[in-house]
Amino acid sequence: MMEEAVVSAAAAPPKAASGWRGVWAFVRASWLNALAVAIVTIVVLMALVGPLLLGNKANAADFSAILQGPSASHWLGTDNVGRDLLARIVAGARISLASAALIVLLAAPFGCALGILAGMVGGWVDEVLMRFTDLFFAFPAFVLAAAIAATLGPSLEHTILAVAIVYWPWYARLARSQVLTLREREFVLAARVSGSSTGGIVVRHMVRNVLPIVAIQMSADAGNAILSISALSFLGLGAQPPTPEWGTMMAGAQDYLQTAWWFLTFPGLTLTFTVLGFNLLGDGLRDWIDPRLRGVLRGGRV
Amino acid sequence: MGRLVLRRLVFVLFVVWGVTLITFFLSRVVPGDPARLIAGPRASAAALAHIRAIYGLNEPLAQQYVRYMSDLLHGNLGISFMTRRPVTQDLRTYFPATIELTVLALILGVVPAILAAMLAARRRASGVDQTVELTAVAGVSIPAFWLALLLQYVVGVKLGWLPITGRLAAGAAPPPHITGMYTVDGLLSGHIGTSVSAFEHLLLPAIALAAGVYGLMTRIVRASLLEVTGEDYVRTAEAKGLPRRRVMLRHILRNAMLPAVTILGLEFGVLAGGVFVVEYIFAFPGIGQYAFNAFAASDYNAIMGVTLLVAILYTLTNLVVDLIYLYLDPRIRYA
Repeated sequence: MMEEAVVSAAAAPPKAASGWRGVWAFVRASWLNALAVAIVTIVVLMALVGPLLLGNKANAADFSAILQGPSASHWLGTDNVGRDLLARIVAGARISLASAALIVLLAAPFGCALGILAGMVGGWVDEVLMRFTDLFFAFPAFVLAAAIAATLGPSLEHTILAVAIVYWPWYARLARSQVLTLREREFVLAARVSGSSTGGIVVRHMVRNVLPIVAIQMSADAGNAILSISALSFLGLGAQPPTPEWGTMMAGAQDYLQTAWWFLTFPGLTLTFTVLGFNLLGDGLRDWIDPRLRGVLRGGRV
Repeated sequence: MGRLVLRRLVFVLFVVWGVTLITFFLSRVVPGDPARLIAGPRASAAALAHIRAIYGLNEPLAQQYVRYMSDLLHGNLGISFMTRRPVTQDLRTYFPATIELTVLALILGVVPAILAAMLAARRRASGVDQTVELTAVAGVSIPAFWLALLLQYVVGVKLGWLPITGRLAAGAAPPPHITGMYTVDGLLSGHIGTSVSAFEHLLLPAIALAAGVYGLMTRIVRASLLEVTGEDYVRTAEAKGLPRRRVMLRHILRNAMLPAVTILGLEFGVLAGGVFVVEYIFAFPGIGQYAFNAFAASDYNAIMGVTLLVAILYTLTNLVVDLIYLYLDPRIRYA
């Protein structure tokens, strides 16, 4: 597509780089990549070891320390029932990352399976499946997710399911378009001529070649998934208090804007930086692995 | 091309029908009892039964659907349980407010996006370019609801520069209904003060929505500018000795804006999602808030009306985008 000419200067193509050396090369290609890796690493560490370091006091109310500003004992201040904001934000990282992981792990395999099926079988199966995905594209993604979440009833699990339901058709389309091009490639034709079964071709060639692109899409979607979950929770459709989910925390902070600026500011900053990190990572990876993919994959869906 | 357009129009009809099917059954599963909502919490069992009979809430779902569709074909979306008014009338009231808001948000997002993209494209892969990219990604990453709350507090409450809720100051009379858009109606009817006030009320929510628009637009326009800059006709224009400004405006920018049209559908999605939360925060009586209240109250007809309107507009936007694209690309046009 049109962006092909654009990218060459920024990122040299990866020379079969893998493991830590690959990460290092990716980071050195651009300071935006470095920023992305730094943010994502911090958030992942926060989710993994944060609660261990800080102890499990995300829900420990202290009525003698209500709405206190940032101090030595509470670095990011306390909320309206005296809970430590840092502890809650750190606990929230685990919720957000786990939700995002669940969403893409539900949506991607389901969507890809249907997309590969549509692409391989073709004919009326393809037609029916693709028209079915079209129905999902008739709504703006967030609005549809909100509608499904409202229907299922407010809970974190339901919002995760709702967002996954909205995301899978994108994976179906992506996988199908890949399969359609792969189907005509020499190595697939060769496999067919040499007597490989359709199932064998799907497993050996299709899945293996579709996987990298889908993986990039998953990392790019993680940011939007985190954002959607928080926005739905903010609206009261997702995680319920006292769960330390960032959007839920911010909904609770609304009434204390005038008296306690930190209550709304810090969860919001954390959410913004987390989403920024994942979006930058998705963009960076996409350009890094294959500049031509910029047209195939989408970014910035909300 | 004519056949292609026809095919796409038939497809829009199919999508709209599918949408009615999905939203109808989805809205009936929403927990809550609309009869109770209409009659009030202390209504007697007899009153509830009476209301269920009037609204056909006792009929089998399939029968309710058939009735709904036949009403729909006559342009009747039913009565909203919340407002007790026809849904079409509600939509006519709330939708212009949202149009006003989103148009302003588009302007506030697109103009800086074009400027930023021009800045970035002038020096590809420079520090400026990467900084612009960072602001663009930040634009799509920042939660609209958080930005809205921050703006409301800092600009509205702390600095006191702009109003923080509603479409007009409390108690102020709206202008005579012409288009339903207060800024426009005020001007048309000579109430300039009302227009100014309505505009001030639009600004903060529009800025909150504009961030996402800016983020998407900047990336597309930048890529497109870089592509066009390498074209032969641009080199020709430069070789002819045309001034830089003129080449930029007449040759580069004009052509580079065409791909931007293709993401209008995406922009629509961003705005629709944003409107939902931003109107809620600013207590702005638009379609987003109407939808939010309808969900909260299991107001079937209102939910159906809003989702249909949004889905039709969204599908039509995408259709128009495709047609423009078809028109611009002769390879598809003559195929």
